[in-house]
Amino acid sequence: MTEEIIVAGFGGQGVLSMGKILAYSGMMQDMEVSWFPSYGPEMRGGTANVTVIISDDRVSSPVLNEYDTAILLNQQSVDKFESMVKPGGLLVYDGNGITTHPSRKDIKIFRIDAADEAAKMSTSRTFNMIVLGGYLKIKPIVKMENVLAGLKKSLPPRYHHLIPVNEEAVKRGMEIIYEVA
Amino acid sequence: MKKDILLLKGNEAIAEAAIRAGADAYFGYPITPQSEVLEYLMLEKPEERTGMVVLQAESELAAINMVFGAASAGRKVITSSSSPGVSLYQEGISYIAGAELPCVIVNIVRGGPGLGTIQPSQADYFQSTKGGGHGDYHLLVLAPASVQEMADFVKLGFELAFKYRNPVMILSDGLIGQIMEKVELFEQVDRATEFDQSWVTTGKTPDRERNIITSLNLQSVMQEKHNFKLQAKYKKMQSEVRFEEIECEDAEYLMVAYGSSARVCQKTVQLARDKGIKAGLLRPITLYPYPSGKLNEMADRVKGMLSVEMSAGQMVEDVRLAVNGKIPVEHYGRFGGMVHSPREVLEALEEKIVKK
Amino acid sequence: MKMEVQDISKQIIDPKNLVYDRSPLMTDNVLTYCPGCGHGVVHHLMAEVIDEMGIQSETIGVAPVGCSVLAYEFLDVDWLQAPHGRAPAVATGLKRIMPEKYIFTYQGDGDLAAIGTGETIHACNRGEHITIIFINNGIYGMTGGQMAPTTLPGMATSTSPYGRDVSTMGYPIKMTELVAQLPGTYYVTRQAVHKPGNVRKTKKAIQKAFENQKLKKGVSLVEVVSNCNNGWKMTPVKSNTWMEENMFPYYPLGDIKVDGELVK
Repeated sequence: MTEEIIVAGFGGQGVLSMGKILAYSGMMQDMEVSWFPSYGPEMRGGTANVTVIISDDRVSSPVLNEYDTAILLNQQSVDKFESMVKPGGLLVYDGNGITTHPSRKDIKIFRIDAADEAAKMSTSRTFNMIVLGGYLKIKPIVKMENVLAGLKKSLPPRYHHLIPVNEEAVKRGMEIIYEVA
Repeated sequence: MKKDILLLKGNEAIAEAAIRAGADAYFGYPITPQSEVLEYLMLEKPEERTGMVVLQAESELAAINMVFGAASAGRKVITSSSSPGVSLYQEGISYIAGAELPCVIVNIVRGGPGLGTIQPSQADYFQSTKGGGHGDYHLLVLAPASVQEMADFVKLGFELAFKYRNPVMILSDGLIGQIMEKVELFEQVDRATEFDQSWVTTGKTPDRERNIITSLNLQSVMQEKHNFKLQAKYKKMQSEVRFEEIECEDAEYLMVAYGSSARVCQKTVQLARDKGIKAGLLRPITLYPYPSGKLNEMADRVKGMLSVEMSAGQMVEDVRLAVNGKIPVEHYGRFGGMVHSPREVLEALEEKIVKK
Repeated sequence: MKMEVQDISKQIIDPKNLVYDRSPLMTDNVLTYCPGCGHGVVHHLMAEVIDEMGIQSETIGVAPVGCSVLAYEFLDVDWLQAPHGRAPAVATGLKRIMPEKYIFTYQGDGDLAAIGTGETIHACNRGEHITIIFINNGIYGMTGGQMAPTTLPGMATSTSPYGRDVSTMGYPIKMTELVAQLPGTYYVTRQAVHKPGNVRKTKKAIQKAFENQKLKKGVSLVEVVSNCNNGWKMTPVKSNTWMEENMFPYYPLGDIKVDGELVK
């Protein structure tokens, strides 16, 4: 099994850290992983993206032409990456602020209104974890216990008290994601 | 003992490996995309872990000369920078090579020339493998293609640096520097080295003559003699050549690529084979010494070679020298901070080699 | 008559009558400096200080690029020869890794105050526990008398043949006063070696600069204003007079900072 994922959105949405938690979760599940971020000025306020690869085998190229899954969290990312999903692949997007919705017929498109949902939770910082939960509902490539272990590994100990609320967010995401006809 | 498996950025792996390899000192100056090395070291407090000294210099000029000073004491010293900074290092590296001091220099290459871009590049190949600064000298150049190798080559780099009393360069780029992968870390190595320490400048004791670390010989006859000695050493270093063969046994078309380009080409090999093209990849792990012998031998077996590098075509010259006209050798690569994709490389392979 | 001469010479070479001898830390190599130049005197003073302090086995020198590039030929201690201007950075590397050793740099004005300005200022600003010996003769001696950062206004050199015109060539830089302002310097002084009294004072200054390393309180810098009779195109005697009349008013002798306190 090899899953090649692009996560893209605004800097500050937790794109890179969501990718990191995914990579950590894969690692906790004894899989090969790679996490390749866009880096530089775009990190500070512009768009950010990260390619995450989780595989049973040694990971070859971290640079890809097409992806099994695209998780797209703003309009620019939808515009840029929709065409790069493999036929039969998966596109997950947050509908918040989207005017031109993804429309390909040869891929599966799921929507998750995580921004709205995060606003309802005790802390809006859980946005990316809601998205992650939604994605894992569709593609359960890592087990929940490994997501929690990955969270623990990627968060500094002073944030470990936030693990329960993050777990709640992942579960919430699993509930609210839905397929777009 | 339990294996330490961590998820680290390439730059962080360099830093952690430096501590574990028993480095005595790191001197550096911040520059993207490698600042995580110094940041990680400062956070880790290696002074407490192993007694390793870490210092942020005021410039790359100062940093490489701090390396020069500390290396003359026979200690394990490492520094890291990125292209524009490594250009500033060149004066010091020439002195270090001339004075035959061991040290490890990491270059996380970014696009140039000039201030260029902060995105990955492999355009410092000439600078790294042909000398770089003034005079006839060579660094021993290691090219990691994974975070695991970033860590392992720090340890290997120190071993080779002391074995030959020669600076070793780890030539990587922004992609391998920024990527996070699983890495299995080696156990803590002692700071002391078992290598010859008779030449070090740690203070003249009554039992020996004073030691002088210099690259100056005002008499040309003596300087030529010193150069002969250096050349003999570089000849000896040829035995350290290292490379990896990927699907080479039955290959009809060979890609030659190092570092992150080799990672991309690994995927191209799969894509090509899916299409029925028998492609293979030879990945030089040492760029100096260069696996010329292996490539010359491969030239008898394959129909053509494509040197894939994120430059306008630098390593391709060494491939051509190795092949010596036996078969066509072409170059492909994006540059100036752009990274070619596996499919772009496949298209180039078909266009430039397979269809020819 | 013949007997008398022999007796006198025997008395002279009797060790118990010896009043001054060459320091054992000076090697047998012939000094490459011009007759009348101050470098040789300062070398002897450093050799005496290191010998008298008994720190030969703990001392490492860093030679610059300039007339004293070959300083390592003359003092019997371990030496490095640094790239032009980088001696304070090289010394930093040595000192950081061997904090208990005595590390000194020996630099001229071009090395310390032009190409090595950054390294000098920042080593001083970091408060490295090193000794810097700075020979200021207002000219590039080794390369044939070109203008230095410390060349006086109006002074003719091979690259300022009509005299240093400060409107286009800038002003002579007073690095010693400059670094004295930094909290990382502990002892900063300016001396000379053209007269016996000055030689004695300079020796004391060098000794203090080395002893200070034990205190770990920052840089000790001793500037020695010296002549360059060759570069200045004067006889040694004339150059010393010229130095007193022209260099000293611009570069006044004396302590500038002692024990971390500005005294001037």
